[in-house]
Amino acid sequence: MPTEYRTITEIAGPLIFVEKTAWVGYGELVEVGLPDGSRKRGQVLDSSKDIVVVQVFEGTAGIDRQSTVKFLGETIKLNVSRDMLGRILSGAGEPIDGGPPIVPEKRVEIIGAAINPYSREHPAEFIQTGISTIDGLNTLVRGQKLPLFSGAGLPHNEVALQIARQAKVLGSQEPFGVVFAAMGITHEEARVFMDDFERTGALRRAVLFLNLADDPAVERLITPRMALTAAEYLAYEIGMHILVIMTDMTNYAEALRQIGAAREEVPGRRGYPGYTYTDLASMYERAGRIHGRKGSITQIPIMAIPDDDWTHPIADLTGYITEGQIAVARDLHRKAIYPPIDPLPSLSRLMDAGIGKDRTREDHKQVADQLYAAYAEGKDVRGLVAIVGKEALSDRDRKMLEFADRFEQEFIRQGSEEDRTIEQTLEIGWKLLATLDEAWLTKVDRKTLEKYHPAHRSGMSGMAPKVPA
Amino acid sequence: MAMRQRDKGATGKETGEIFRVAGPVVTATGLRPRMYDVQFVGEEQLLGEVIQIVGEKTIIQVYEDTSGVKPGEAVLDTGAPLVVELGPGLLGSIYDGVQRPLPVLQKAMGDFILRGLKSPGLTRDKTWKFAPKVKQGQSVVPGDVVGTVQEAKNVEHRIMVPPNFRGGKVVQLKEGSFKVDEVVVQLDNGEQVKMHQTWPVRKARPVKERLMPTIPLVTGQRVLDFLFPIAKGGTAAIPGGFGTGKTVTEQQLSKWCDAQVVIYIGCGERGNEMTEVLSTFPKLIDPYTGAPLMERMSLIANTSNMPVAAREASVYTGMTLAEYYRDMGYNVALMADSTSRWAEAMREISSRLEEMPGEEGFPAYLSARLSEFYERAGRAKTLSGLEGSVSVVGAVSPSGGDFSEPVTQGTLRIVKVFWALDTALRARRHFPAINWLQSYSLYTQILEDWFRKNVNEEWPRLRSWTQRTLQEEAELEEIVRLVGADALPPDQQLTLEVARMIREIFLQQNAYHAVDTFCPPERQFKIISAIKKYSDLGQKAVKLDVPTKDVASLKSRELLTRVKYETEFDKELAKTLAQMDEEFKKLGAA
Ligand SMILES: Nc1ncnc2c1ncn2[C@@H]1O[C@H](COP(=O)(O)OP(=O)(O)OP(=O)(O)O)[C@@H](O)[C@H]1O
Ligand SMILES: [Mg+2]
Repeated sequence: MPTEYRTITEIAGPLIFVEKTAWVGYGELVEVGLPDGSRKRGQVLDSSKDIVVVQVFEGTAGIDRQSTVKFLGETIKLNVSRDMLGRILSGAGEPIDGGPPIVPEKRVEIIGAAINPYSREHPAEFIQTGISTIDGLNTLVRGQKLPLFSGAGLPHNEVALQIARQAKVLGSQEPFGVVFAAMGITHEEARVFMDDFERTGALRRAVLFLNLADDPAVERLITPRMALTAAEYLAYEIGMHILVIMTDMTNYAEALRQIGAAREEVPGRRGYPGYTYTDLASMYERAGRIHGRKGSITQIPIMAIPDDDWTHPIADLTGYITEGQIAVARDLHRKAIYPPIDPLPSLSRLMDAGIGKDRTREDHKQVADQLYAAYAEGKDVRGLVAIVGKEALSDRDRKMLEFADRFEQEFIRQGSEEDRTIEQTLEIGWKLLATLDEAWLTKVDRKTLEKYHPAHRSGMSGMAPKVPA
Repeated sequence: MAMRQRDKGATGKETGEIFRVAGPVVTATGLRPRMYDVQFVGEEQLLGEVIQIVGEKTIIQVYEDTSGVKPGEAVLDTGAPLVVELGPGLLGSIYDGVQRPLPVLQKAMGDFILRGLKSPGLTRDKTWKFAPKVKQGQSVVPGDVVGTVQEAKNVEHRIMVPPNFRGGKVVQLKEGSFKVDEVVVQLDNGEQVKMHQTWPVRKARPVKERLMPTIPLVTGQRVLDFLFPIAKGGTAAIPGGFGTGKTVTEQQLSKWCDAQVVIYIGCGERGNEMTEVLSTFPKLIDPYTGAPLMERMSLIANTSNMPVAAREASVYTGMTLAEYYRDMGYNVALMADSTSRWAEAMREISSRLEEMPGEEGFPAYLSARLSEFYERAGRAKTLSGLEGSVSVVGAVSPSGGDFSEPVTQGTLRIVKVFWALDTALRARRHFPAINWLQSYSLYTQILEDWFRKNVNEEWPRLRSWTQRTLQEEAELEEIVRLVGADALPPDQQLTLEVARMIREIFLQQNAYHAVDTFCPPERQFKIISAIKKYSDLGQKAVKLDVPTKDVASLKSRELLTRVKYETEFDKELAKTLAQMDEEFKKLGAA
C-alpha cells in the first residue's frame, strides 16, 4: 500500500507541490484524495528530495492543503483489449457509455516508446477516401500523418467524417477501425461524430475517447496519448489498420501552454512552451507502419487554426512534423463549395510512394501535376482580372480562368455522401484538362496524353483543340 | 589545487546520488566530475552527460527517457567525455544520436526503443582485412596512415595513428584479418594503434593546416551549381518553412554530390524520412563511382520523438564521423536536417537549467554554438599531409517561416552560402523552391576558375547573363502588374519570355524524375546555352518586327522544355537546336 501524504505546501493552477515524501519516480501516477472523499489523478512533473511537483489532470478545484497525496509507483497506463472496440471512454480512459469496465488484456504505458526508425516500413499503400481533392491531388497512404488545417466555423468535422466513412484500401479485406480522440470540443460536435459513427455502423469498430469543452483542460494532455496507445495495441498486436482522428489539436496545445505557464517556464512563440514541437512530435510520430507487423496507424489530426494564420505555432509546428496537410479553406467555403479543400496550399508528402502504376493509375502523377499547375495559373489570372480587366486577357488567360471555375465546381465540389473511385476522380481531371490546349499540358508526356486524353481516346483526335496560330 | 579524488569503488569510479529528476535533466549530489563527462544515471544506468556544475550539485542531461527514475538512485561517473568509435563499419550504418546502432537496438529490444541499452558503435563480430602501409622500424606521427581496409566497394578505409598519440617507431606490425578492437601496430613508446580509435564528439579533430576552398562540391542541381555553388569544405544553410523542400534538397545532395563520403544527420525530424533513405539509397548508384550510394553513407537518426538530449549530441556525433573520414584525405559532405531541432534541444535543456534566456527563449550561447559547429567544416591539410574536406549543409526550420528568428540569423552570420527556400515558390510547385533573388553564395568568385577550366570558359559570363535576366524580370513584373504585359515594348516582352524559360526549364528540377534528378555541370551548361541562343535569336527576330507571340510559340521552344527529361539528352538537344535554327531562319532572323 502506498503511503498517503498530507504534505501539500502549495497549489497553483493545475499544479500541487508536495514535500517530505519518500523518493518518487519522475512521471509517476498520483492520486489526490479531497476532503469531500472524491479522488483526482495526476502525474509527477518534477521530483526532487525537497519537493515533488504534481500536475493534476482533473484540475485543482477543491484540493486543499489537508488533501492526501498517494504516489502509485508506476507511470500512467491504459487497460487495452480487443473489447475496447465499440466503446466510449472519457478523456482519461474510463468508460462513460454505461457499459462494463474494460477487462484488460494488457496494461500499457501511455507515453509510447519511439518506433525504432530502422523498424519502420515506408508507407506506400493508397487509401481511397473517395474525395477527389485528396485522392487525386494529395493522396493519403496507410501509416501517414496528414492533418486537416482548418479554421473556426469551417466544416472540418464533416470532411473528417467523410474520410472515416469512405476510407478503404482497394482490393484489401483487412480489418480496419477508427480511434477517435476529442479534446475540448463541444458536446454538440462530439454528438455529430457519435451519431455518424452509430448511423453508419462504424461504432462497432471504433474506440472513442472524449474530453469535452467542459472537461478539465489538463486531461487533454493525456487524452490523445490514451487514444494512440489503444491504436497501437489494435494496430500492432491485433493487426488492424487504424485511422486515428484527433480533434481539436488547438485545444491540446492550449492545455500544454497552461501547464507551461503554471510552472513559470520561459515561453517560446506566443506563450507556447519551447518544447511544444517535441511534445507534438511524440504523438504524431506514433503514426506509421512497422516491418513484419500487419496493422498500421494513420493519423488525421484536426486543428481550427486561430485566425486562419498558418504561422501560428500550432499549425506551424504541426506542419513541420506531419507528412503534409489538407487545407480546409474559407474562401471555397464562402462560395458554398463542399468539401472546401484548397489543393494549392495542401500537400501530401507521401503521395509519390502511393500512386502510379499498380497502385492507382500510371497517369496519376502527371494528371495531378497538370491540374495543380492549371488551377494555380487560373487563380493567378483571377487576381489579374481584378487589376487589368477581362478585356486585357489573352486567350490562354481566358481559358485558364474558365478552367479554374470549372475545376472548383466539378472537381473540388462533391456530395458529402459521394464516394468517388480514383478512376472517377482522374476522369473528371482529364475532362477538365481537355478544355485546355494540348500544347499547354506540359506536365503530361506524349504517351500518356495519347492514351488518356479524351480527344485521343475516343478516336476524335481531329477535334482536339488547336494550338493558336 | 586539490587532486581529483576518486571514490574507491570496485570500478575505481566515483558514485553519487540523484537529487532531482525533471525530464531529461537530472541533478546529482556526491559527484566531482568534469564538465561533459559521461555519467550512468539511476538503476538502469541511463547514459548522460554533465552540463553544469553548481557547488555540490552536478547537472546531467540524460540521453534516454527518465520516466520512473527516482531521487536517491545511484549515479556513476565514468570519468570520460562522450566519445564515438571510429573505424571500419561506419559506412552503411544507421545510428541514434549517441552512436548506438539502430539494428542492434532493434535486435535487443524490438521495434520500439526502450532504454538502458549500451552498445558500441562498431560491431565486434566482423573482421576486416588489414593491409599495412608502414614498415617495421618506420617512424610514424599522429594522423599517419598505417594501413588500409576496403570498407566499401569504393571507399578505402585508412587506419591512422590517432591524433592524441605521440607517435614513434613501429616495433610490431600485423597483417591479416582483424576485429575493430584488435591492435595492428605497436609503437616503441608503448602506444598501440588499433583497428579503431575513439574521439570525444565535442572536440574538433586537429588538422595541420586550413586551406582555401577553391573546388566546388558539385551537386548536379542546376540552381545550386550554376547560380549558388558551394565549395568543398564550404558551409551552406537552407532555411525554409515547412514543406518547402529542405529534406528533399538534403537528400538530393546526399545522392548526387561528388563527395566520397556522406554523413546524414536526421536531427529531430521524421522517422519515415530515415526509412525512405534506408529503403531508396541502397538501390541507387553513385554516378561517380558506380557503387551503391548507401555504401558511402553513414546515417545518424535521432528522430523528433527520440530523447532531446541525444538529439543535441547527434550533430556532434555526425561531425566527428565526418572529420574522421576527412583525416583519411576524403571529401566528406555532412547534411544536418534540421539544425533548428538541435537548437530547440539546446533551448529545452537550457530552460530546465533555468538559465537566463535570450531571444525567443533560446539560450544566449546559441550563436556561439552554431559558429563552433560550422567552424568544424573546411578544407584542410591533414596531420599526415593529405588533403580532405568537410562540407556542411544545414537545414534550418524557422518558426512561422520567418527568417528573422534567431536560428536562421545566427546561422547566416557564419555560413557562406544561403539557399533561401520560398513558400510562394513552393505554392507554385516551382522546385527546388530556392528563391533566386534572395539566395547567395560567397564562393561564386573563387570557384569561377574551376568551372571555366572544367566545364566551359563561358560559365561565368552565362551565369551573370542568367542572373541579370532574372533580375530584369523582377523589375518588369512590377510594371506588368500595373499596366499589363501588352504595354511593354517587344524586346522586354521577350525578356519576360526568356526569364520564364530560365525558370521553368533551367531552375526547376524534379527530384523525382529518373533523368532530371541529376544534371551534371556539362549538361547544365548546355541547357542554359540553348536558352541563351533562343534569347539571342529571338531578340534579333523582334528587332525585325516579328511579333513576340510568334517567337514564343515556336515548336523548338516547346521541345526545349522537354530535353532535360530525355535519356538521350545530347541527341535530343541537337535536334532541338537544329529546329531552332530552322524556325528562326523562317522568321528571317538566323
Ligand atoms: N526538388 C524537388 N522536386 C520535386 N518535388 C519537390 C522538390 N523539393 C520539394 N518537393 C516537394 O515538396 C515536398 C516537401 O519537401 P520537404 O519534405 O523536403 O520539405 P521540408 O522543407 O523538409 O519540410 P519540413 O520542414 O516540414 O521537414 C516534397 O514532399 C515534395 O513533394
Ligand atoms: Mg524536412
